[in-house]
Amino acid sequence: MRKCSLSAMNSVFAEIAKEAALYLPVDGKDGRAAYTKWEEGKEWSSALNTVKSPKDFFFPQTEDLMEFKTSGKNIEIVDVRGESEDFVVFGVRACDVKAFEVLDRVFLSAPVDSYYASRREHGVIVSVACTRPSETCFCQTFGIDPTGGAGDISVWKTENEVFWQSNTEKGEALMQKLASLTEECGAEAVEEQKAQISAIMKKLPLASLKADAFGGGKTAELFNAPEWDELSATCLGCGTCTFVCPTCQCYDIKDFDTGNGVIRYRCWDSCMYSEFTKMAHGNNRLTQKERFRQRFMHKLVYYPENNEGLFSCVGCGRCISRCPISMNIVKVMKKLGGNTNE
Amino acid sequence: MNNREETLIPKVGVITDVRIDTPDIKTFRVVTPDGKKAFDHRPGQCAMLSIPGVGEAMFSITSSPTNTEYMEFSIKKCGCVTEWLHQAEVGQQITIRGPYGNPFPVDDVFAGKNLLFIAGGVGLAPLRSVINYCRHYRDRYGKIDIVYGSRSKEDLLDYKEIIDEWANDSGVNVHLTIDREQPDWDGHVGFVPNYVKELGFDTDKTAVLCGPPIMIKFTLEGLIALGFDKTQVYTTLELRMKCGVGKCGRCNVGSKYVCKDGPVFRCDELEELPNEY
Repeated sequence: MRKCSLSAMNSVFAEIAKEAALYLPVDGKDGRAAYTKWEEGKEWSSALNTVKSPKDFFFPQTEDLMEFKTSGKNIEIVDVRGESEDFVVFGVRACDVKAFEVLDRVFLSAPVDSYYASRREHGVIVSVACTRPSETCFCQTFGIDPTGGAGDISVWKTENEVFWQSNTEKGEALMQKLASLTEECGAEAVEEQKAQISAIMKKLPLASLKADAFGGGKTAELFNAPEWDELSATCLGCGTCTFVCPTCQCYDIKDFDTGNGVIRYRCWDSCMYSEFTKMAHGNNRLTQKERFRQRFMHKLVYYPENNEGLFSCVGCGRCISRCPISMNIVKVMKKLGGNTNE
Repeated sequence: MNNREETLIPKVGVITDVRIDTPDIKTFRVVTPDGKKAFDHRPGQCAMLSIPGVGEAMFSITSSPTNTEYMEFSIKKCGCVTEWLHQAEVGQQITIRGPYGNPFPVDDVFAGKNLLFIAGGVGLAPLRSVINYCRHYRDRYGKIDIVYGSRSKEDLLDYKEIIDEWANDSGVNVHLTIDREQPDWDGHVGFVPNYVKELGFDTDKTAVLCGPPIMIKFTLEGLIALGFDKTQVYTTLELRMKCGVGKCGRCNVGSKYVCKDGPVFRCDELEELPNEY
């Protein structure tokens, strides 16, 4: 384990940014944190987390897939893929690091998505342990430890110091570049912080939330549950939950006519939208209830069924704080899981 | 430059023939610009066709894999992409990628079996690939029965091929029906599910069903009434798709993705899925 003083972080960021684009949470003018490219003067946000998840780094909200040049009856396909540049994402919370594993299982399973794979290979993830988990946090429901140990490098921030531990070869390579700015140290301060945070975690309002009622093989039991009517009744179908979600990965492919060619691009989509499954001959999910149910069944039952029990929710709490009608996966889990008095 | 393989990037295809089958179905012959088949496939698999600027959509490959020269797609005019294709002329280039999905188990489960194909309307398109594959390797299969129905005689897809080729094969019985009587039709009149019950097939067959959802539902009920088990009946599904490889999320039903886990399903497998396909 190595450490540096908190006041040295500007030098550390400058060193990292010499060889790779560095992104980290920075407070915006509206006071909300967002991943921002580091440059001199950008300060590391102390917010618990960013409004949008870091999934954009590997699965951007929109990206060009290819171009077409057409003339008369002829078509030329232009491969616009470049190899991603090296980059470092600093300050990722454990929940969001886990979300990358959820996305990996989709995009890196055969046939590998080359757009995602290129970014994934060139990206280094530096996680930062949580020190002030909030009332919307429930990562521990899914067995995630927010006190550190995730990504290519784990970082712990104390009052005056920053501790570093590499977890992978990629992480070790970056740590070596920071050797002159950090010094070898013991793990006592980190262990102390871990113990403190673990104690706080036990007191969080969602600490007792269990996912036992969900997982693969539960389709027959949960799909026709009468609770879906009430849970979905006020859903606006706005899709905010899917856009802030670090694991939602449904996408659309669209063509844009530029006037002298066509760009085929990919963009985030939402199973909450009425046209998501609409095709020329009909729509297999006509009601918002069906679309609402699809989102939660996918995260809590279908995905785990295909991925050795791994849930497609990491308990980051973004949907809890952003849903305009105050509906969220926790309410769904409580209602359907039966572990509530609500 | 990124040299990795990428399934989302298609090949260029050329339409080399357009056959008008019915008032709203045309069959398109497609090859690569150098005149070859774009890729090999198995009976029941699909391909993504697109027109840049219009859109991309999944279609079943209606020609048999035994046709090594080109692929055919029977396409009903019913949306943006299909409307555009119906206006396309010979020589028009499109894009093509695939093959996607699981084929019918023609080489194992179907081998040695008596086969019963039941189709309604454009539902014959995916079955034509299997039927012609089984006709090509005729000695590998038992008796073949084909029940096919449409709204009218004019709406019967591949009518010429059915009458001139399929009906003349030994061991192949073709049973055609149309929904309503019309002057130049002396064949059966009535809906497919009822016709299947009237024909009263023995249960020593493996059945393959494709057509509108309502036809599949009632035909399956009819087969079960005749004593068939759901494990003897196969069908192929159609849902909206974008990627074709189980990533975009659109065709997800239960833990399955129709594009990669289907589109061919055995009817007892379908029973385990939520009823939203």
